[in-house]
Amino acid sequence: MKPFQYTRLSTEDLSSGTTLRDSTILAGGTNLVDLMKYGVEEPDSLADIGKLPYTQIEESDKGLLLGALVTNADTAYHAAVKSTYPVLNKAILAAASSQLRNRATNGGNLLQRTRCYYFYDTTMPCNKREPGTGCAAIKGFNRIHAILGTSASCIATHPSDMCVALAALEAKVLVLRKGETIVIPFDQLHRLPGDQPEKDHNLEPGDLITHIQLPAEGFSEHFEYLKIRDRESYAFALVSVAACLKVSEGKIADIRVALGGVAHKPWKLKEVEKDFFGKEASTENFQSLAEQLIQGAQGFGTNDFKISLVKGAIVRALNNALNPS
Amino acid sequence: MNTNLVHFTLNGEPVEVAIEPWTTLLDYLRYHQKLVGTKKGCDHGQCGACTVLIDGNSVNSCLCLLVSLDGAEITTIEGVATADNLSLEQQIFIEEDAYQCGFCTPGQICSTIAMRNRAEINSEEELKDWMSGNLCRCAAYKNITKAARRIYEES
Repeated sequence: MKPFQYTRLSTEDLSSGTTLRDSTILAGGTNLVDLMKYGVEEPDSLADIGKLPYTQIEESDKGLLLGALVTNADTAYHAAVKSTYPVLNKAILAAASSQLRNRATNGGNLLQRTRCYYFYDTTMPCNKREPGTGCAAIKGFNRIHAILGTSASCIATHPSDMCVALAALEAKVLVLRKGETIVIPFDQLHRLPGDQPEKDHNLEPGDLITHIQLPAEGFSEHFEYLKIRDRESYAFALVSVAACLKVSEGKIADIRVALGGVAHKPWKLKEVEKDFFGKEASTENFQSLAEQLIQGAQGFGTNDFKISLVKGAIVRALNNALNPS
Repeated sequence: MNTNLVHFTLNGEPVEVAIEPWTTLLDYLRYHQKLVGTKKGCDHGQCGACTVLIDGNSVNSCLCLLVSLDGAEITTIEGVATADNLSLEQQIFIEEDAYQCGFCTPGQICSTIAMRNRAEINSEEELKDWMSGNLCRCAAYKNITKAARRIYEES
C-alpha cells in the first residue's frame, strides 16, 4: 500500500471543508482499503470520518433517517427497518459477509466501486480506473457486466444490493456541501458511465454524505428482494430485483422495481412504473413491465444470458411480492 | 516518521501506540503484537481467516486500518479464553470435530461469538449465511455448521 497522510476528523474540522476537498474519505474502509492494497486507489491523504456524529437511526413522521456511519448490519437489524422497510433488511442481508456488514457503513455502501475484474487489474486497460486507456471488458470476459445504460467507454455495474432497495424505496441522500445540507433524490446520486466512467456519482469534491432519508412508505406488506448469483451467499448479484407493491382490490396502486447487476447504477424507470398504476396485478402485466423496463438491453458476449435472466427475475420478484409466503 | 497516535483496548488491556497509518489491524496483531492466532489468508476480506472482534462484532482485520480504531475494544482468539479454561465456542468446536488443519478455526470461532452477540439468527439459512464469510479450504463445513448451530442454541 502506498504511504499516505492520515487525519481523524472532528465535527469542528467540518466547518472549513478544506480537509475533505483535499483528501479521500475513509469510513469503514472495507472497499477503500482493499482498493488501496491492489493499487487501484492511491490517495495521498485519508480523512477518517469515523468520529463524526452520523451514527444514529432516527424515526420521525417523515420516515426513517439513517446515519451515514451506521453499519450495514446495524441498519438491517434495526427494529424499524425490519418492520417497516423489510425490502431494505433483505437486500442488506443478501450482501457481502457478516464480517463486512459489521464494518461497512451506509455512506460507504453508496460510494463503493464496481467489482469489474479489469478495474481491479492494474495491468489491464480500464477507462474507469485510468481514463482514456480503453475498456477491456467490452470484448473480454463480461459475465458480471452491464446490459443497460452502457457506453463505448464502460460496461461496469454498480455492485451494491442496499442501493437497489434504496432506489425502489425512492430514498433521499443528505449531503453536506460547503456547510449546507443538500438533498439528492436517490436516482440522481449515481450516474451512467457515458464518456466519463471514472465518475460513479454526481457528488462534488468535498461533499460528505451524512444521512439517508427513507420515506414513510416502506411497502412492508408486498415486497421482495430477489438476488440471483453464482452461489447462495457471499457473492455479488448477477442480477437482482427490489420489488415493492401496493395493491387495492387486485389493482396496482403503486409499483416500484429497481434492478441491480445490470447497469452502472440501480436501474429504475418511474415512467414505466406509472404506466401500470391502476392495472391488474397479474403475471401478464408483470411480464409487460419487465419487457418495458429492460427495453434496449444489450449483451456483450458472456453476459448475454442476463437479458432473459433479469426478465424472469422481475416477474418472479413481483409475484413473490404480491403473494408473500 | 509518518505516524499517528491511536488508543484502544486489546484483549482487555489498554494500548496506546504511534503507528504508520497504512498498518492494518491484521499486520499489527501478527507483526507488532505477535498475536499470530489471527491468520492472514487472502488479505482482501474474502476468506475470513483474519476475523477478530471489534466491540463484539466480527470484522475482517485485514481491511481495518489500525489508526481508524481509536477507542475500539479489540478481541482476538487469544483473548476469548485461557488455556485451561476454554470458551463455550472452543469447547464445542472440539466436541464436534469442527476443523481439520485448523488454519481457519480462530476466525470461525470469532464469527460464532459475534453471531451469539448479535442474536439475530432465525433459520438454518441465516446461520449458514452468517458463517459463509469464513472459508475452510479443508471443507470441514458440515461439522463447522453443526458446531455453530450448537453454539447458537446453547448460548
